[in-house]
This record gives sequence, structure tokens and C-alpha cells, in this order.
Amino acid sequence: MRLSRFRGDDAFKLVAAALAASVLVILLLMGYTLLRSSVPVLERFGLYFFTGTKWNSAAGHEIYGALPYMLGTLVTSAIALIIGVPISLGIAIFLSEMSPRRIRIPISNLVELLAAVPSVIYGLWGFFVFRFFLADYIEAPLSAYLGWIPVFSGPVLGVDVLAAGCILSIMIIPTVSSVSREVISAVPNSVREGAYSIGATRWEVTRNWVLSYARSGLFGAVILGLGRAVGETIAVSMVIGNAVGPQALPTSLLKPGQTMSSLILNLFFEATPGTYEFSAILGVGLFLMILAFSINILARLMVTRVLKVKGGAVE
Amino acid sequence: MKFDRNAVSTTTAGLAVALVVVIVAAGAYIALSGSTTAKVTTTTNTVTSTNTVTSVSTPTQLQSSSLDGAGSSFVYPLMAAWITQYFSVHTNVQINYQSVGSGAGISDLEAHTVDYAASDAPLQTADQAKAPHALTIPDAIGSVTVAYNLPHIGTGLNLTGAVLAQIFAGNITKWNDPAIVNLQTNATLKATLPNQQIIVVHRSDSSGTSFTFTGFLTQDSAAWAKEIGQAKAPAWPTGYGSNGNSGVAGFVQGTHYTMGYVELAYALTSTPKLTLVAVQNPAGMYVLPTQATSTAAATALPTLPAGNANWASINLLNQPGANTYPIVTFTYIFVYQELNVNTAQTSGKSAAGATALVQFLWWVVTTGQQQSTTLGYVPLPQNVVTLDEQTIQSITYNGQSLPTT
Repeated sequence: MRLSRFRGDDAFKLVAAALAASVLVILLLMGYTLLRSSVPVLERFGLYFFTGTKWNSAAGHEIYGALPYMLGTLVTSAIALIIGVPISLGIAIFLSEMSPRRIRIPISNLVELLAAVPSVIYGLWGFFVFRFFLADYIEAPLSAYLGWIPVFSGPVLGVDVLAAGCILSIMIIPTVSSVSREVISAVPNSVREGAYSIGATRWEVTRNWVLSYARSGLFGAVILGLGRAVGETIAVSMVIGNAVGPQALPTSLLKPGQTMSSLILNLFFEATPGTYEFSAILGVGLFLMILAFSINILARLMVTRVLKVKGGAVE
Repeated sequence: MKFDRNAVSTTTAGLAVALVVVIVAAGAYIALSGSTTAKVTTTTNTVTSTNTVTSVSTPTQLQSSSLDGAGSSFVYPLMAAWITQYFSVHTNVQINYQSVGSGAGISDLEAHTVDYAASDAPLQTADQAKAPHALTIPDAIGSVTVAYNLPHIGTGLNLTGAVLAQIFAGNITKWNDPAIVNLQTNATLKATLPNQQIIVVHRSDSSGTSFTFTGFLTQDSAAWAKEIGQAKAPAWPTGYGSNGNSGVAGFVQGTHYTMGYVELAYALTSTPKLTLVAVQNPAGMYVLPTQATSTAAATALPTLPAGNANWASINLLNQPGANTYPIVTFTYIFVYQELNVNTAQTSGKSAAGATALVQFLWWVVTTGQQQSTTLGYVPLPQNVVTLDEQTIQSITYNGQSLPTT
């Protein structure tokens, strides 16, 4: 009997280890496939793939430079963070610090409902409804008063980098706000009590004590949101305008652009294995994966080294 | 954290009810007020065809087959009508067509993941190498229109191929550019062209419609030929990309000051109708794209190769005639001559499956041509039908030729 129990434990350990390892194996397989398939285009174009802007798949004129799409991803994600993180933090602070207890759960459930909306619905809504609102009430005055600044120049259509950034910001609100809310709630009450006892106002308590205590956790929440924004595909491709080549460089908020994920979505249907175009698309996919990984690794490094993790704060 | 369970459920319920009421009220308001501005009108955008049984006449053989086709969105409205009509007569044959764009259709053909592919671009040398012994079967003729959306301006803007090339290259940026104004014969049109930027709309996916349109621009503009050339997915220097013919049609319809290219069937069947450009043909006349002007391009056909030969240089662009629309194209179906190479598909698995495909193709080029006109396409002239019949009769399964009816 003792032997069979020992064997059962062993087997269980093995199974659990295998399951954990399988995740690693899948990641490594994905990385290996992407790397192997991108080798042709990297061999042929070398550094131009990362620094060049022309993209042409016509026979005889082939050239692939993915810089505009990398910048497009970074710019749309940055806009999403700039707009979405303050809103999410506001929601999180409101829900954990200020709202009456009765509505806390319903409102947080409603916010999390935003995460349940399929991203293609965001794209549809963005293209058929939101872009007119954006064009009329935000881009029109922006273009009228600040249109002389290059970053705000462009047609007022509602289908551009700014629209993609706005849709992305709405999509990251549920993620960032729910994690932030939990993080802020996890701050022990003794911290707040101590702050109040020395005469701090409500805002000072929240800003100087609660938020700084929860810093690392909030940073983690923001990184989670960034991760979602970087990978979002269909919603972005519906409102970003799908520009190709040098004009896809995100020089202006009001011009059409292209992100790495929307490029893959637009082009992968026609990609035949063995062509340089196929290799280029997978190269963009490889870079997207590297970017997402680096964001996560960077977040972890920052959390453990730069920000001191205080006891009790949720990472 | 303790909470009063009853209070939460009442509040949640109350909020949920309020949300539902707001959504229903908004929906009712939108539905009742209707859309007067050119904001949210769209063309139908279904991606896969559904088979609805309209009438069941005589049941044919009992062996059921399921065939897959993919490719051109240019031919999609006609293909969907063909499939529906064919299914009503042969209820045992279910055909699924995916309108993913000509480029994707050709890729699928090369990968043997479809029974047949549809494309407006003929197989180029590289594709021919990857799809050996593929047959080219023109199944319809259609034209590429240039649609625009200018408030208070109707159809009939005159443009030449050279000016169109400049617009789509981003060199002409305003609607009231002298190059455009000078081409107009209508005095009111000349005076009312607005001082607005032209918003160019093109395809974001790989498309035979793009191939045809850029072919026309290549023929009419040396600068375009040198810089960009003809391609299914050209490197557009400017403009917004939309997915599929329906995407471009929807975009142009929903936004002012846009100009994009769409297949004639989409232009004719969208509501409200799109305003179309009258393009100058080699005879110097400005011709609006209609069925009559597209048919005119098919009467003076170039000599056509056999079904198993190279069609890469065949096109119906800039055909002669005073009343001929210059941007006309065949749309093709590609199928392998020996069907047993489609090992994963119905047509490659059994003689019955192969027969089902051959019979469908035969029906398309013969009886199916009657459907073309109603949907805005041009039926094939008799000599092309004869050529197609010969090609279809050459399709074999395991070396055996197959019955066509």
C-alpha cells in the first residue's frame, strides 16, 4: 500500500511537470517555426527589414521593410495607454476607495463586461459608429486648431491611427482597471489609517500612500493592458485605414496607418509558403512575438529591480 | 469584505434592467428615424455563401458531394447566385464558396485546399509553376468601375486613365485640380467640384480587381507602369485600404470625398447606387460602365489560348469601339486537369466527386450564363463558351474523362 501511494504521487508529479513543460514546448515550437520561416527574408534583406519602409510583393520589385508597422504598433499602443490608463486608474480608485459599498460589485461587473465584448464587435462599432463621433467632435476641432502641427495633420475621417488608439484604450480599460482595483484593495488599511492620522486629505492618502504602496502591482496592470493592445488585431484593422509602405509610417495621428498584427491579418490569406512574402509576414509575426515577450520581461525586471516590492503588494 | 447580498442583487438587477432599456430604446430610435445622411449605409458583406433551397425540381443522383471554391470577391455575387440555383436543381451537391480575394484563391489552389479557385487575374508564371496542369476557364466578364462620393454631385465625372493614375498615386490631391476640371464637359460639374482632398480607397487584401485596375493604369500611364506596375496587391502610395469589393463600396458610400474602385455588380446593386466615373476609352469617348458598354468590350476579343495554355497576358482592357468601357476583364475559374491531385478534397477522392465538380463547371458556362445579366455581369460570348466546353471536357479523374451532364 505504501508503494502504490508513492507511485501515485510520482505519477502525479510527472503529469504536472509534463503539463508545465508543455507550455514551454509550445512557446519554443512557435518561436522556432517563426524563426525558421523568417530566415529567407532576413537573409535577403538583412537590416532593411527592420529599418526600411517600402513593402512591395510584385514579382521583380520585391522589397520588404517592416519599420512602419512596428512603429504603428508602438504608437497605437502608446495612445491606448495614454488614454486608457488614467481612466482605468480612476475607475479603480473610485471603486476601491470612494464608491458606496452597495454599487461596488455591480459597477465592477459592468466594467468587466467590456472585456467580454468580442474584439470584432469593437471593430464593427468603431467603423460604423465611433469613427463619426471621433471625426466630428474630436478630430475636426483638432485639425481646425492644431492642424498646422504635423502630428495633427490629415483628413478628418475617423479612420486613422487615433481611432485605432481610442478603440484599443477602450479595450484595455477592463483589464487594467480590474487588476488595479484588486491591487489597490490589497493595500492594508493600516497604511491608510496611518496617513489619515497625520492629517492627510483623502486625495493625499490615495496618491502618496495607497498608490505608491501598490506601485508595482499597478505597473503590472498597465503592462497587462499594453500586452493586450500590442496583440489586438481585428478591431485595429477595421479602423486604422490599412496603409502600406512608407505612407504607413505613423507621422500623424490623423493619417491611416498599419500595425504589425493588422498587416498579418490583411496579407496572410494570399501568402503562399515558400515565397518571400510569406517569409516576410512570418518575420513580422516573429518580431511581434519578440516585442510582446520583451514587454513582459521588461515589466518583470522593472518590478523586481527598480521598484522595491513591498510586503503585501500584489505583483 | 462583507457585503449585503440582497442589496447587491437588487442593485445589479436594477442596473442590468436600465442598461437593457437604454439599448432597446436606442435601437428603436435608430430603426424608426432611418438614416438620411450617408453615414451608416452598407452593402451586404456576407463572406460565405449559404445555400437556400428555392425550388426543388427533379432530384438527381443520390450521392451527396460537398465542393469547396475560393477566391475572387469580384465574382462572388454571381457565384453565390450560381450555387443557389445549382443547388435547387441538384440538391445533393453542396458547394461552399469563400470570397477571400483572388490572391488567396490562387494560393488555395496551389495548396490543394479547394476544388476550384476563382480569380480575376490569370495565373502568372510563378503561379503556373506552383499549380502545374491547372486549366483556365473564363466564367464571366465584368468591369471595374471607379466610384466616388461627392455631395450634391451626380454620376458622370469624366476622367482619363492618366489622371486616374495620378490620383491613385497621390499626385493629384484635390477634387478641383485643373487636371480634373479641364476634363469635364458638364458646366455645372466643372463649377461645383469642391476644394477638398480626394480620399483614395483601395483594397487591403490581395485582389484580382486590383490586378485589373492596376493593369489599366499601367497601360495608360508610363509613370504608373514604372513605379508601381500591375499587381494583385500593389504598393499603393496613398489611400485607405478596405477588405473586399464590399468593403470598398461601403467605405466610399459612407464617407464624402472618397474615390475607390469596385466591380460593376457591387456598384449596381448597392443602395443607394454609387456614383460612377465615365472613363475615357481608346476612341477618346468618356464611357460610363454599364452592361452594354462592358459587353461591347467582349465583342472584339483577342485570340484566346487553349484552356491548358498560358493566359498570363490575356486581358480585355482598352478594347476598341466608341462605346466600349475600357476597364473590362474576364473572371476565371481554375481547376486541375487531373483531379486526383486534390487528395483532401471531394473532387480528388472519388470519381463521383470529380464528376460533381465537372458537371457544376459545365452548368456554369452553359445554363449559368443566363444569370449573369441580371446581376450586372456580361455573359460569355459563344466562342468563349465553346472554348470552355472543350476545356471542361478535358478534365479527367485517374485518366478517365468525366460526363458533363
